[in-house]
Amino acid sequence: MAGNRALYEQVILEHNKKPRNFREMPDATRKLEGFNPLCGDHFTLFVKLNGDVVEDVSFSGAGCAISKSSASVMTTLIKGKTIKEAEQLFATFHKMVTAPPDAPIDEESAGRLAVFAGVREFPVRIKCATLAWHTLLSLLDGKASPVSTE
Amino acid sequence: MPPRRPPLTTADIARIRDDFPVLHVRRGGKDLVYLDNAATSQKPRLVIDTERHYYEAQNANVHRGMHYLSEIATNAYEEARKKVQRFINAPLTCEVIFTRGTTESINLVAQTFGRQNLHEGDEVLISAMEHHSNIVPWQMLCESCGAKLKVIPINERGELKMDEFEKLISPRTKIVSVVHVSNALGTINTVKEICAIAHKHGVPVLVDGAQAVPHLPIDVQDIGCDFYAFSGHKMCGPTGIGVLFGRAERLNLMPPFMGGGDMILSVTFEKTTYNGLPYKFEAGTPNIAGVIALGAAIDYLDGIGMDRIAAYEHDLTQYGTQVLQSIEGVKMIGTAREKAGALSFVMESAHAHDIGQLLSDQGVAIRAGHHCAQPVMQCFGVPATARASLAFYNTKEDLDALGAALRKVNEVFA
Ligand SMILES: Cc1ncc(COP(=O)(O)O)c(C=O)c1O
Repeated sequence: MAGNRALYEQVILEHNKKPRNFREMPDATRKLEGFNPLCGDHFTLFVKLNGDVVEDVSFSGAGCAISKSSASVMTTLIKGKTIKEAEQLFATFHKMVTAPPDAPIDEESAGRLAVFAGVREFPVRIKCATLAWHTLLSLLDGKASPVSTE
Repeated sequence: MPPRRPPLTTADIARIRDDFPVLHVRRGGKDLVYLDNAATSQKPRLVIDTERHYYEAQNANVHRGMHYLSEIATNAYEEARKKVQRFINAPLTCEVIFTRGTTESINLVAQTFGRQNLHEGDEVLISAMEHHSNIVPWQMLCESCGAKLKVIPINERGELKMDEFEKLISPRTKIVSVVHVSNALGTINTVKEICAIAHKHGVPVLVDGAQAVPHLPIDVQDIGCDFYAFSGHKMCGPTGIGVLFGRAERLNLMPPFMGGGDMILSVTFEKTTYNGLPYKFEAGTPNIAGVIALGAAIDYLDGIGMDRIAAYEHDLTQYGTQVLQSIEGVKMIGTAREKAGALSFVMESAHAHDIGQLLSDQGVAIRAGHHCAQPVMQCFGVPATARASLAFYNTKEDLDALGAALRKVNEVFA
């Protein structure tokens, strides 16, 4: 079980079961859908922007434990951050999940994202872990067409 | 008819398992539990050894050389064709065409019979439970000639709605192409009845037998189909080899699929005369080792007996269904009255991919996803399913291991 205990960290299971900010946002300033056609993961992200600050963020939809918990954790980290800070967080996250399995994890910069480090050992799951992030960045970038991982 | 042999016993299965080296790959101190047979089956030593023997002792091109090895290779190659003929009870040896697999077999028919016979406004009739390889080739054909694709719907159990089927046949229907056994649902379709109905309207039928040939005795004359397509790798043979059976009177009228060597009688720059069956459809150097090893796979399956395999797997399928239904939160996708091979399901606690991943870590190999049948997933309103698929070398213990691993999934995701 070693591999998957690392993948399905308790935090991930917990966010999967009780996702944070898991709701639609009728007064969102922007919203965007993201798909992972191969797995059928499908989320909609909502943000309320105040200037370049993400005042509120939420998501709805369905997907595997990795994609859902990643979206959930992301919303908790992004709320109150500027667009630039969000982009930096994603860069850190992306670097971590796409690194070789034996690369050291920079716990300090990864912070609460470090629970997703196990994804590195399962390349097919990287798309699951990054779906919400890709969708968010497109959304913050002002894109209107749905995001697909394919 | 050979005399009926007694049913397969536990001891028989244990001996059979020893013929498959891969079944003894270890995961976590135990033999790997392989329940992904619908994706590809494992290979018995006989098949592996036959392929090696060909390269070590027989390798030469077929139908070309005058020399000793070429004669041996050609004989072995043509002998395998006769084995396939007997195995599916084709009337003629020349009605067996070797292809790369089911996908190529279907594309062959779409690109030859289809291009020749379909015109603007004509219709191709498939079903809602087709594998992408029995959808996309027809869509490509329709796009090129302005024909339309019509789809036979399925009911909530995952069975074809036969009354709708006949209504969907119109004077414009030029071919019916349906799956014999669904890879995503396990449904066994009543292909004999489908052929009878289609033929009443003068429409030819292609049957996708990729998931039927590994599990059931196949008699193409009894089914009455015009074309029957299947893959070697799902029936204990190597990858890269498959078969298209076609009735000679149809094949003779069809143009060649690909041009090249072997498919011609004579070539000048003014005119080329095509070869007869089956060579007209086998351009270029074929997968000789694959064909000969497919013949060995047939010898192996015949040695056990497809009737005994079907009976044993029938029990195993029922047992597997019981195991799955005993697990909290499991919902079967595909509950047809007649099923073979595939047990598809979803769980309340976990997404199919999470199930697949956790099972893999417990040494149980299943498949999670849309199984190249996205329209089926849409019918059932699920993004993906987990699928355990069986072969005759699986045991009740394998299914118990599946059950235990699924209970663990419930624990982890509780
Ligand atoms: C029902 C069915 N048809 C067609 C195919 C395609 O077979 P192949 O990939 O061997 O060409 C498959 C295999 O996945 C199948 O299950």
